[in-house]
Amino acid sequence: MLEVSFNHRFEEFRVELEFQAQAGSITSLFGRSGTGKTSVINMIAGLTKPETGFVKVGDDVLFDSTTGIDVPPEKRRLGYIFQDSRLFPHLNVRNNMLYGAKASSGNAQEITFDRVVDVLDIGALLERKPAKLSGGEKQRVAIGRALLSQPRLLMMDEPLASIDVQLRSEILPFIEELRDTFGLTVIYVSHAIEEVIRLADKMVLLTNGAKAAEGNVEEIMSRLDLHPLTGRFDAGAVLSTKVASYDAEYDLAELAFDGGHLRVTGVDLPMGTALRAHIRARDVSLMLKRPEGTSVLNVFEGRIIEVRDEGGPQLDLKIDIGSPLLARVTRKSYNDLNLAVGKTVFAMVKAVAFDRRSLGGQIITKRPDAI
Amino acid sequence: MFSPTPFELEALYLSLKVAFWSVLITLPLGLLFAWILARKRFYGHALLNGIVHLPLVLPPVVIGFFLLSLLKRHGPVGAFLHDVFGLSVAFTWQGAAIASAVMAFPLMVRAIRLSMENVDTGLEAAARTLGASPFRVFYSITLPLISPGILAGIILAFARSLGEFGATITFVSNIPGETRTLPLAIFSLLQTPSGDAGALRLVVLSIILALAALLISEYLAVRAKRRIGG
Repeated sequence: MLEVSFNHRFEEFRVELEFQAQAGSITSLFGRSGTGKTSVINMIAGLTKPETGFVKVGDDVLFDSTTGIDVPPEKRRLGYIFQDSRLFPHLNVRNNMLYGAKASSGNAQEITFDRVVDVLDIGALLERKPAKLSGGEKQRVAIGRALLSQPRLLMMDEPLASIDVQLRSEILPFIEELRDTFGLTVIYVSHAIEEVIRLADKMVLLTNGAKAAEGNVEEIMSRLDLHPLTGRFDAGAVLSTKVASYDAEYDLAELAFDGGHLRVTGVDLPMGTALRAHIRARDVSLMLKRPEGTSVLNVFEGRIIEVRDEGGPQLDLKIDIGSPLLARVTRKSYNDLNLAVGKTVFAMVKAVAFDRRSLGGQIITKRPDAI
Repeated sequence: MFSPTPFELEALYLSLKVAFWSVLITLPLGLLFAWILARKRFYGHALLNGIVHLPLVLPPVVIGFFLLSLLKRHGPVGAFLHDVFGLSVAFTWQGAAIASAVMAFPLMVRAIRLSMENVDTGLEAAARTLGASPFRVFYSITLPLISPGILAGIILAFARSLGEFGATITFVSNIPGETRTLPLAIFSLLQTPSGDAGALRLVVLSIILALAALLISEYLAVRAKRRIGG
């Protein structure tokens, strides 16, 4: 387990926070650009020295301002994957990967060169120089290089930020595999909520260098008060689901969650596969009576339990359908339907409002050949 | 055809020897000062930078005079060298190498410093997180990445040493076989009646030498750039 506590004055803001990350899980540091996310992991890595605070991995103290312990970065054994890859331009891919390579620990989850090359699918690139790689390839090599240094923790600073949107889906499964195949603890820094929903077991929400909230993704995403921080456009509930059935004729899957089933298209995964469904509040519409003759496949009955009114033309509602569901309605509809806390409504979610981006794997099925 | 006389060969050999040692002296010192100026921020940074660049802007005769005052047999540093190590550099080819080194030093520092400032310190930070000590980072990351700058520094310092005249003649005089390098030999010939033809031959030799050095450096620079994937 990683435990950190920092207090450090930077030029633009003060970083003052503490959080924990569980071993073998992905913890996401989430916040807008310039909220101090990179500064936090630089301090964990030992590249920036905090004024006060501590960094502990398990029982190992890496930094403690009260005792004066300050382990240099090269002795911390923390893998760091930078936003810009930072491959060494004078070394080919193989020698980049081997730069920090250490003998593997020899346990069941051991990280060996061949295995990393296989999992990251970079066998064909080994003799190339970094200048001849695409952004996605560079980032995979950077991940492999960090892995081979046998870190006890992997920190990723917006690893997808400099990569084309199309190529991002190429990297995301690898990051899930790091946790699932190698049992690694990952600190994932991001300002893209979809990445966090897809990957994170837990999130730490940052604003101006301080922690606004910490907890599991479902819990934080369902909090109406955090929407200014998690992003207004993408605001919406995140449901933990499992694949319950699949209708091949219509390519329609049913995802079971606490409170019902969510029907979505294009998810042909084994039964029981855990998935997160992100239902954007803007994609949810409300009716007072159970709708009939509708094309909408998902209708959930629930009670309004919270209303957030910021005075604008739109209001956010939280509806208890067994799990919290968020809906965004206009003030006009809100008034016309006499919506209020305690009222029972029917929430409709179009099945086609989902794509693969809205569904994140909590426990992605492992590739048999990678195990 | 062009067959050099013993007099010419002597001047050529001496020039190459002096330039070689001049580069050898300036390279490690140049690396050190380039690193300090590129990477360290401290009180007096601008002053140090100015002092390093002095030989570039001062008349060479002034540098020669300084060296002579410091390093002559009874000068403050010269006496120390003589008493402790039994060394005497004034009026020897070693002195000529020192004079050339001082004159070439700013060029060496500038070339290395420029390329060092272009090295992304993020790469060095990345190497640290991969378990490399600061020393290993320097020789495995920084040094290869600044190799084009080092090469440029070597060529500039070598060329500057080959052409050194003012500081050399002031400091170590113009002694045949000891301190009479190519430029000094050309100067001597021009002082001699009917020495023009001999001077011209040495001028041609100097041009060939300079051109060869430039071509070799171009070739090496291209190779070095390719190696670091630029």
